[in-house]
Amino acid sequence: MSTRIFGSGIKRREDPRLITGEARYTDDIKLPGVLHMAVVRSPYAHANIVSIDSSAAEAMDGVVAVYTGDDLEGLAGLPTAWLIPDSDLKTPEHPALAKGKARYVGDGVAIVLAGDRYQAQDAADAVVVEYEELPAVIDPEEAAQEGAPLIHDDVEGNIAFKWAPFDKEASDAVFEAADVVVSERILQQRLLPTAMEPRSAMAQYNPATAELTLWCTSQNPHIHRFIISAVTGLNENKVRVIAPEVGGGFGSKIPCYPDEALVSWAAMQLGVPVKWTETRSENYLITIHGRDHVQHVDMAASSDGKILGVRATVYAGMGGYLSTAAPGIPTILHGLLYVGPYTIDSVYCESIGVMTNGTPTDAYRGAGRPEATFLLERMIDNVAKKIGMDPAEVRRKNLIPAFEDGYDVAAGLTYDSGDYPVAFEKALGMAGYGEFRRQQKSAAAQGRYLGIGVTAYTEMCGLGPSQVAGAVGFQGGLWESATVRVTPTGKVQALIGASPHGQGSETTLAQIIADELGFAVDDIEVIHGDTTETPMGWGTYGSRTTPVTGAALAKASQKLKEKAKTLAAHLMEASEDDIEYADGSFSVKGSPDQTQSIQDVALMAHLAWNMPEGMDPGFEESQFYDPPNFVFPFGTHIAIVEVDSETGEIELQRYIAVDDCGPQINPEIVAGQIHGGVVQGIAQALCEGVIYDENGQLLTGTMMDYCMPKADMFPNFELGETVTPSPHHPVGVKGVGETGTIASTPTVYNAVLDALAPLGVEQIDMPLTSAKVWQAIQDANGGGS
Amino acid sequence: MQVAITVNGVVHERDVDPRTLLVHFLREELDLTGTKIGCDTSQCGACTVQLDGKVLKSCTLLAVQADGAEVTTIEGLAENGEHHPMQTAFWENHGLQCGYCTPGMIMASAAFVRDNPGASEGEIRHYLEGNICRCTGYHNIVKAVKQVADAAAGA
Repeated sequence: MSTRIFGSGIKRREDPRLITGEARYTDDIKLPGVLHMAVVRSPYAHANIVSIDSSAAEAMDGVVAVYTGDDLEGLAGLPTAWLIPDSDLKTPEHPALAKGKARYVGDGVAIVLAGDRYQAQDAADAVVVEYEELPAVIDPEEAAQEGAPLIHDDVEGNIAFKWAPFDKEASDAVFEAADVVVSERILQQRLLPTAMEPRSAMAQYNPATAELTLWCTSQNPHIHRFIISAVTGLNENKVRVIAPEVGGGFGSKIPCYPDEALVSWAAMQLGVPVKWTETRSENYLITIHGRDHVQHVDMAASSDGKILGVRATVYAGMGGYLSTAAPGIPTILHGLLYVGPYTIDSVYCESIGVMTNGTPTDAYRGAGRPEATFLLERMIDNVAKKIGMDPAEVRRKNLIPAFEDGYDVAAGLTYDSGDYPVAFEKALGMAGYGEFRRQQKSAAAQGRYLGIGVTAYTEMCGLGPSQVAGAVGFQGGLWESATVRVTPTGKVQALIGASPHGQGSETTLAQIIADELGFAVDDIEVIHGDTTETPMGWGTYGSRTTPVTGAALAKASQKLKEKAKTLAAHLMEASEDDIEYADGSFSVKGSPDQTQSIQDVALMAHLAWNMPEGMDPGFEESQFYDPPNFVFPFGTHIAIVEVDSETGEIELQRYIAVDDCGPQINPEIVAGQIHGGVVQGIAQALCEGVIYDENGQLLTGTMMDYCMPKADMFPNFELGETVTPSPHHPVGVKGVGETGTIASTPTVYNAVLDALAPLGVEQIDMPLTSAKVWQAIQDANGGGS
Repeated sequence: MQVAITVNGVVHERDVDPRTLLVHFLREELDLTGTKIGCDTSQCGACTVQLDGKVLKSCTLLAVQADGAEVTTIEGLAENGEHHPMQTAFWENHGLQCGYCTPGMIMASAAFVRDNPGASEGEIRHYLEGNICRCTGYHNIVKAVKQVADAAAGA
């Protein structure tokens, strides 16, 4: 038996084009005669647009056209595509260019089309817009108060939705009867997703055929096609969306944005290709932001550490408009996660979606689940402190015991499989938890402040059953489809509807096919990102490509293998019952010399000279796959930090991550997902955070001002794994794209607060910059230095 | 303005708008799109090239300032069809995911290791402050650079 390719950390098949600079991202693609689009953007967070004078701009060199919101005839506004039921949802109009009023800094007011990007930007600067500034509001809790500036006339009180699906009376009863209740106001600060490739879009329209091609930075080109068709009025079969190489997304390339609609519309108006690429400052102003919750959280527990209930009121900032999936993030993807890996029998969540004068928010890596995991883990540490029990012990006491096939939790989900205690004890063992507690004590005696944070988590990903998607108002399905096509010479093209953009899926998905069919990985090309070339799919987000597309490919491959077996038996004039298969080769039991390789069979299927009765020619199978449930990866993360009490500086000394995503197809790729996710989550705890001033001006508008994590902030990570297959998945795998981000923020936050406990510091709003930590130490010691 | 800039061993003579950034010259004039733009403010390092052997962020320099200079971009790093050892190390160590920061990372790291064979992990992490990656958490990038640094010290 040869080594299985499934489970092998082979080098990525994507990399040769990436390490040589030969990969083509959207902005790298050139079309002759292309015009560049620049967008005139509101410098005010909230302002009436009094007048727009584009005459000077129109007269400038290279300028072909200037359009304002009133000119966009035939271009519909951008839709919101997650319509949460039973929430009194309002979906204010979102025109591609603001009409009458701008609602955040960066809101588009006019576009300029010119011969090159320098000319376009010069002319955009020459468009004179007169504004009447209005009071602005950024904080979602403030925006929900009476008297706050009204952002949309048809969204009363700025409340876009109120979602509270759980039984409030039952929850209140649990809290009234509990020995211990702890409370905290938690700020989940706004974050900038910051995919390293800024967004870009280029459209080409052929008037003779009425066909539009849109190249864009998309995580889901089929959804982009759907929306672009809807807003332009073109038939969907006349719209081709191509996501070429895409340089990261983290959720920020899920939504369909005004800019993508505008280049499409302008290309249709002018009959020439139109391109737009955002600058990083533009990206920070207009590409969605993540998080932005103000949470009022309570946890009830018994005096011996049994967690009895959790409840929260969440004000979730939506920004100036409701982005594509925005309402689903602080609701379905958040409140349903309030149990975590614990036996918590009572949950309550009231999530209030609030319009503000900030940039629209939407899914950012983890999307709702990090905000849920953080509040649970923070409150567990608060309970531990209150009852004087070690926080690891409180967690141990409340973990759900191992289960293999389904576990119903109070939040309404059915977890697929889990063995939380094993991952938990493994992580504690790797960290040397008991020994650390002793070191911490002796360090404290020397005036050194060490801290440890422990997070046990589970999350739902692999989104998701389409019936559930429909029930929760998602305006799409959440299945995937794939075609495995074998050429006459035995080479494989695997066509998928999902659209990976850095995850390494061209490698891992090829490993699934290779494992099922015996082809060499190097003979398998995974093709994605083009709505004309690939079958329908809903995209790459929610850690769903490996679980959902992977399942479609596994099942398509299994169908091909059945066909191959029947054909091989026929060709070898043997009974199918006597056919044996190993490593891509069929043989007849008892006569090992007689074989048909999978390549032989593929050729014969194409030639179709000698087919069994009733078998169609060709060697290709397609599969639609709708998962019966989400998948629920889990694990335990531990951080060890030291805080300098003189300066407030935090040193992250160790980071241990034990994750269980089922069987790992490629352990190196899994590790990479965890490393990257962990850094993103730690950065939320320690340094990242959007800052607006009181007028709604973005003060963290460049990488000079927004703290991106750098290499020297981190130690080498210590990774461990456990393997608990998903019972409902054809090859048992779970998603791993978001686990690191979900687990790491509370882990590091709690470690820092653990270190600060002897100094009397109980709470600091994230991010834990040295200035804030220093100030908190001063405040705890009698206010001021 | 007239410039003559040698890029990857080939002299390119062009008449450029004086305000043209070197990165735009490379990408738009020469179609060398391996060099990326990630931030506009010289933080991210996606546009890193080597100019007369020195590491430089090409969004920070005007094309006219590179007149007469020799520029190496990611497209010119391989020699005789063989990947540069840094390219190989990034591939072998899973030092990339979306690949967008990768050309800049490789250009910066290749020059760093050339000048600092045997660099420690701490030195590598400190040096890489000028290059931002959002995908990898730096772990495998550091591993890749260390592998080449160790090999360079042993040579």
